[in-house]
Amino acid sequence: MTSVDAPVRRVAADVFGLPEAEVTPESSPSTIVTWDSVQHLSLVLALEEEFGVQFDPEDIEQMTTIGAIVDVIEQYKSRA
Amino acid sequence: VTEQVAEPSAEVTAPASKAPREEDPAELRKRADEALEAGDALAAETALRELWALAPGHASAAFVVPRFERLREALPLQGSKVAILRSFTVEPVVPLLRATAFAHRLDLEVRLGEFNAYAQELLDPESKVYAFAPDAVLLAVQARDLVPRLWEDFADLDGDAVTAAVDDASALLRSLAGAFRGAQGTLVLHTLEAPGVPSRGLLDSQAARSQAEAIRQINRTIAELAESERHVVVLDYDALVARRGRDRWFDRRKWLTTRMPIAAGEQVHLAYEWAGCLHALAGKVCKAIAVDLDNTLWGGVVGEDGVDGLQLDGEYPGAAFREVQRALLDLHQRGVLLAVCSKNNPAESLEALERHPGMLLRREHFSVLKINWQDKATNLLEIAAELNIGIDAVGFLDDNPVERELVRRQLPDVTIVDLPRDPLGFAEAIRRSPVFERVSLTDEDRARGRYYAEQGQRRRLEQSAGSVEDFLSSLEMRVEIAPVTPATLPRTAQLTQKTNQFNLTTLRYTEAEIEELRSSAASDVLTLKVVDRFGDNGLVGVAILHFDGEVCEIDSLLMSCRVIGRTIETAFLAAVVGEARKAGARRLSGRFVPTAKNAPAREFYSSHGFAGADVEDGSSVWDLDLDTQTVACPAWIELTIVDAGSRNGAG
Repeated sequence: MTSVDAPVRRVAADVFGLPEAEVTPESSPSTIVTWDSVQHLSLVLALEEEFGVQFDPEDIEQMTTIGAIVDVIEQYKSRA
Repeated sequence: VTEQVAEPSAEVTAPASKAPREEDPAELRKRADEALEAGDALAAETALRELWALAPGHASAAFVVPRFERLREALPLQGSKVAILRSFTVEPVVPLLRATAFAHRLDLEVRLGEFNAYAQELLDPESKVYAFAPDAVLLAVQARDLVPRLWEDFADLDGDAVTAAVDDASALLRSLAGAFRGAQGTLVLHTLEAPGVPSRGLLDSQAARSQAEAIRQINRTIAELAESERHVVVLDYDALVARRGRDRWFDRRKWLTTRMPIAAGEQVHLAYEWAGCLHALAGKVCKAIAVDLDNTLWGGVVGEDGVDGLQLDGEYPGAAFREVQRALLDLHQRGVLLAVCSKNNPAESLEALERHPGMLLRREHFSVLKINWQDKATNLLEIAAELNIGIDAVGFLDDNPVERELVRRQLPDVTIVDLPRDPLGFAEAIRRSPVFERVSLTDEDRARGRYYAEQGQRRRLEQSAGSVEDFLSSLEMRVEIAPVTPATLPRTAQLTQKTNQFNLTTLRYTEAEIEELRSSAASDVLTLKVVDRFGDNGLVGVAILHFDGEVCEIDSLLMSCRVIGRTIETAFLAAVVGEARKAGARRLSGRFVPTAKNAPAREFYSSHGFAGADVEDGSSVWDLDLDTQTVACPAWIELTIVDAGSRNGAG
């Protein structure tokens, strides 16, 4: 568990309309039915708002699970 | 200044639920879910609205929208359908738009056009857009998509090529607006944004024929369309982008990867802009705003500081309250009625209103004054009654959060302007409130404040005159009934849209529909104007008649609440009877459809000798035998009927 873990899960739970408990580091488009390309963009935008960052396109491609998203954001945080 | 609750209203005890406002989104989320669980719709709505105000954005939108949807049955939400036609990705903006609208009790059903297919969708009368029958169509098109030549390749173009590109774009916009003409609803056109960095760099500013100027020319065409086409409204996207900052607004990476040109945190500002426009179009607006005095309309407390001690000069902090007055005066000029709702001593307050040199607003700007020690909810109800408007058409402005919360609890239909703590933010909060937006103004709107001032004189006369008949005679009313004309068409449609109280069927018509009825041989649209000794009330009534052989059917008959209770409806009906006879009808039939608000019209048919019968859906149908019965114009009304000519086409 890291400092960005909880807010990432909350934002993802909001965007996908799920209870926070159902969002785990392993959650991905194959485990969350509402995680389609449109919702992925909404998730990215919500995370950019939450953390005050703008992701590089390459990094957005890496965001295939909640755990991977946390990793990407931590990189941005450590750079800041 | 405002945190100290200086008015005697501080004595008001807050309801138990009123804790200091939570500033923590997590707390508000919890409160919303608990209230939803407990079935307390108002508390849930308040928490969701506060959450949206505190933390607007994509995550909050995803949280609040489905919860507002669950409150649909329990809250007085107004539905509206909007189609968004676009040249870029707008999907993520939709929840932001719906959340903003929900926070102001507008429930939007949104349909998106295909990517970059806006032209086909508008030009093809069979397209899904028209099948959806939207109340509004937003045309969200960017300069870089509509005129790529002017956006990307401007540096290659000579003067003629620039002119040709401007003309092409203008012609396309004109044809799109023209294609929409027959549809119902309103077309909302975005202006085009100016380029952040012109193709020719500094050179661009040195030439009259600049890239920025070419874009401005297209925007001028858009403004002209709004002026000439009744069903077109402009949303100034360029001004929005400029206000937020062009560099901050544009997200090049998202644009190139997902065709979403707007940075994550800026998208909500487009949603606000859209929502404001849709609010005005949906008529989900307040007709009046009731304002507190101490520390709201002026700085200080008149009962303690005296009239001369009030802060209202051009310097801080008085300047903040001058800005509030300027914002309210701007609302007054667009037809929003002003009222005072204050716990105060009337004498001192009136003195301040009438003679403080810093006041921009004076006694005559206010249609109603409630300056007393009653509770504000009672005063607001009295204000609504005196103005003849529903309580849901009243906005409330008060610096005291306790008063706001009390009114919210007691009168949940009142729109409360959420004010920040700092008075420097008050004027902006008023200006940003979508319920006071209007997209078009009629002469009646502009003059409304004056009408109500005259109404006050009429009421005083009513109290002094003897019998009702004496009173009505003393008004010297002159009523003119005329067929609708192109000049009266906008006001006629507006009356069908807005009139709730004296309205027999509450059928709403667009200008296009009225125009169709006007040119139909089988229908008449009659308008009613009233002049009396206090002034011209303007166009205040509409009747729509259908003719079918020996039957004349009253499709609609409605009158503005300004003239209710003066037997004008009898004069109107007398004119309708005359028109029906002239058309060869032997029977005049009508229908009364009850709504939550049209009780004033309930007795209309029965009191004029119609024979009625109830029908299954709660409404009733009524008949008058024109062979044996008639309706006479009251003796105290001078009735003039302007001849329709004949009902055989667009005369």
